[in-house]
Amino acid sequence: MEFKAPEQELSRFRARVAVAGVFVLVCFGLILSRFVFLQIVRHDYYSTRAEENRISLVPIVPNRGLIIDRNGVILARNYSAYTLEITPSKVRNLEGTIDELAEVIEVQPKDRKRFRKLLDESKNFESLPIRTRLTDTEVARFIAQRYRFPGVEIKARLFRQYPQGELASHALGYIGRINVKEAEVIEEDDEMAANYRGTDHIGKIGLEQSYETYLHGMTGFEQVEVDASGRAVRALRRTPPVPGDNLVLTMDAELQKIADQAFGDRRGALVAIEPGTGGILALVSKPTFDPNLFVDGIDPQNWDILNTSIDKPLLHRAIYSAYPPGSTFKPYMALAALMTGKRTPTQTIYDPGYYVFGNNTFRDDKKGGHGTVDMYKSIVQSCDTYYYMLANDMGIDLLSSTIGQFGFGAKTGIDMQGEAEGVLPSPAWKKRRFKKPEQQKWYAGETISIGIGQGYNSYTVIQMAHAMATLAAGGVMFKPHLVRYIEDAKTGKRTVIEPTPIKTIPISPENLAVIKQAMVGVNKAGTGARAFAGAEYESAGKTGTAQVYSLKGAKYKEGEVNLRLRDHALFIAFAPVENPKIALAVLVENGGFGAQAAAPIARQVLDYYLLGKRPVGPAAEVDAEDE
Amino acid sequence: MHFDPVAWLRRLFAPIDPWLFGILMATLSGAFIVMMSASPERFQSHCMNIVTGMLIMWLTAHMRPQRLYNLALPLYVVGVLLLVAVALFGESSKGAQRWLNLGVVRIQPSEIMKIAMPLMLAWYFQKREGSLKIRDFIIAIALLAIPVGLIAKQPDLGTAILVLGAGVFVIFFAGLSWKLIAPVTLLGIAGVVAIIMYQTPICAPDVKWPGMKDYQKHRICTLLDPSSDPLGKGFHTIQSTIAVGSGGVFGKGWREGTQAHLDFLPERHTDFVLAVLSEEFGLVGVVVLTILYGMLIARGLAIAANAPNMFGRLLAGAITMTFFCYAFVNMGMVSGILPVVGVPLPFVSYGGTALVTLCLGIGVLMSVRRYRLRTGGA
Repeated sequence: MEFKAPEQELSRFRARVAVAGVFVLVCFGLILSRFVFLQIVRHDYYSTRAEENRISLVPIVPNRGLIIDRNGVILARNYSAYTLEITPSKVRNLEGTIDELAEVIEVQPKDRKRFRKLLDESKNFESLPIRTRLTDTEVARFIAQRYRFPGVEIKARLFRQYPQGELASHALGYIGRINVKEAEVIEEDDEMAANYRGTDHIGKIGLEQSYETYLHGMTGFEQVEVDASGRAVRALRRTPPVPGDNLVLTMDAELQKIADQAFGDRRGALVAIEPGTGGILALVSKPTFDPNLFVDGIDPQNWDILNTSIDKPLLHRAIYSAYPPGSTFKPYMALAALMTGKRTPTQTIYDPGYYVFGNNTFRDDKKGGHGTVDMYKSIVQSCDTYYYMLANDMGIDLLSSTIGQFGFGAKTGIDMQGEAEGVLPSPAWKKRRFKKPEQQKWYAGETISIGIGQGYNSYTVIQMAHAMATLAAGGVMFKPHLVRYIEDAKTGKRTVIEPTPIKTIPISPENLAVIKQAMVGVNKAGTGARAFAGAEYESAGKTGTAQVYSLKGAKYKEGEVNLRLRDHALFIAFAPVENPKIALAVLVENGGFGAQAAAPIARQVLDYYLLGKRPVGPAAEVDAEDE
Repeated sequence: MHFDPVAWLRRLFAPIDPWLFGILMATLSGAFIVMMSASPERFQSHCMNIVTGMLIMWLTAHMRPQRLYNLALPLYVVGVLLLVAVALFGESSKGAQRWLNLGVVRIQPSEIMKIAMPLMLAWYFQKREGSLKIRDFIIAIALLAIPVGLIAKQPDLGTAILVLGAGVFVIFFAGLSWKLIAPVTLLGIAGVVAIIMYQTPICAPDVKWPGMKDYQKHRICTLLDPSSDPLGKGFHTIQSTIAVGSGGVFGKGWREGTQAHLDFLPERHTDFVLAVLSEEFGLVGVVVLTILYGMLIARGLAIAANAPNMFGRLLAGAITMTFFCYAFVNMGMVSGILPVVGVPLPFVSYGGTALVTLCLGIGVLMSVRRYRLRTGGA
């Protein structure tokens, strides 16, 4: 079959073809101009975009520094373990996913609770652990099922571990996940923000907090090429992390353990300091807690137990709580009297068993009084009347300014945050403390009980130990510190924390000898004698009992008061007297008499530190009449 | 009879147009190089596709236009019936109902329409040759609207556009009055301008567009503002423009495209293969490809212009312009000026079906050319 094409129709068709051709040219021109725009005009912009797509900076978290005691016992270390983490933003149905996960890997109710808590405290795009410390079997089981769980992944992470458990937990503190508030602080400082990329734990309290900058180290970075799903394809450049510095402590973990065990289940605190350096040998607060609980985020159940316990295990009693020093104040009073010339060692008073000031009668604990009392006897027998009189003779201004030289009522400057100041009573303090004018006035009668460490007196146990160490060192005061040196984890280079003498209190050797001799007398023939019977070294001590509950002049009878209102037992000591190696302060909350409850603890600590003698059990209470 | 191998070979290749074949081979070779970067693991199946395509082209080229003419109506009717069947019993995948399971094979009837549509309209206009009236154009538009509507409904916007393009160009070449073309064109331009200008209100999430599925509306809206959905619908457009732009004039080099090789480019061996080409070979690569397409289209239009009858002309012209539609829509989509619709880059994108259809088209062109008007008229 042949088709005939009329010429006219053919030429019209060819015209249309020409139009189509022009149309094609125009359209291709348009497309090409778009490519020219993208590939020439905007080339730089898109190149940058492509590079940004391609390259991602992945932080490499440094190993956190170890914490080691003075003899090389590891107190805080890291170990690597697998965690199962969920990124909430990538998971549609969180509860459903966790339910499904629970079929593959054991997820306990407490894991869920902890996860909830972390979820509340975090931003959505962080990955949060639902389970930590997976076993190899669990890891294998999850990996086989991984496709079912988008947004859930296994991560190898370094975990902080405190191998000694509850030992020295208040001193060490713990690390925990960075919370919103901490994150804000970190974000404010660009350098810190960069260094904490990839870090999700930070020191919360204790040394872990105060030495955070040393322990953390420098975060390394890896420039990696990533694909569209964010997976690293290959590394381009790597800046290795610098591991955190190790802290080597002045603390003797064994001594700490002895001291800790000496308390038994009693509450209280003990601080032992090396006189002449300020190095803290033991820093005990009882009861303790297990810092390991906090590392992955504490589960609400354990948190409840710790937080609501009437014994307040989380409270760092050695530095956060202030107590009246009771009679342990007397040696300093006596020394102040000598330094200010208000008394001589041989000057005596007569104690009838009470002291009358205005309309008030201040009782001595010994019925009928101590009779004729000189300075030595006032300390050895702990005579109250002697100090009522002395306080009155000195007056509050002289008293507080002289006593204040020993660091009472001021932060000691220990390398740990949150230290309490305590109260060194003075008219100036009272003015600051109270608002109403009639309350601001200092009454002379208030000075009297200050003399026996009662009244407004309130000091931390570390202040008491600090003062004791200062006295033991002949008046040279060193800043108390827990870290002996900071060790570069890579090179082993040590930065020694040099003992920092704060000041030297001008005490004449004669005056010092009087006080020391009297304190030796306490442990030989006085209130501390029972606890120190048979000691193979010469020690100086002073017992103390601090009233928790004012009995309004009635005679205190143990057992009749509620256990929580019983007096606090205190004891301060140093030994050996000739060349003091250790000074300490012990406080047993509601322990009753210092001689009875606190002194035996001190004995065990000194026995171990000086002789290496290990006690069989907690320090038994000894019978004692109080001072 | 004496067997003459030279004559035999000559006869074997007689219908092959050297121009078309040459351009096609150049394009396929270039595409091969790009494919070896974008998806080297598909080497074998890509080769198979090319061989199949060549075979189909060769077979079609051997057919006389008369055979094609006779096939037009049955092919169209079968095609439409299959499309109806798809609408009724089709299999869905990815939210679209495109496939028909015939027990032995799964076929995609919309693909048939890419050839059946221009064939049918060319057939119709040939039948009415000499007495064309407005009524014939209305009938032609109806013949076009039925399959296009069915395909768009599946929904398969890309194929619908290609089928529509093929049909529209047949009607255009058949001589539809400019008086009708001009207002429709203007209306279309006005529509596009309006969408661009009133982008914000009409792209609001709760606004429904008549006759369009939500995902189609999304595609257009994300084209207007890809950053509105950078990880969702806009991801394709954003990543593909980054690939194109970062390629620059000379490209990053073969297999050096970071966008392509780090999986930022979606569909990098199929619909977005041009982004790989642009990234690795730069503007130079794009210009070369465009020139090849231009030459292909020029050759196709020349064949149309020299066809002996209306059927041949319309068929060749429309098929040529279908190639153009493919290229234009795909290039526009990769460079971010047209919405993302599933249109492959002709002769370059990986995919057997598309390549076979395209080679069929080339074969048809060759067939038409074989019976062309001799210079100086018949």
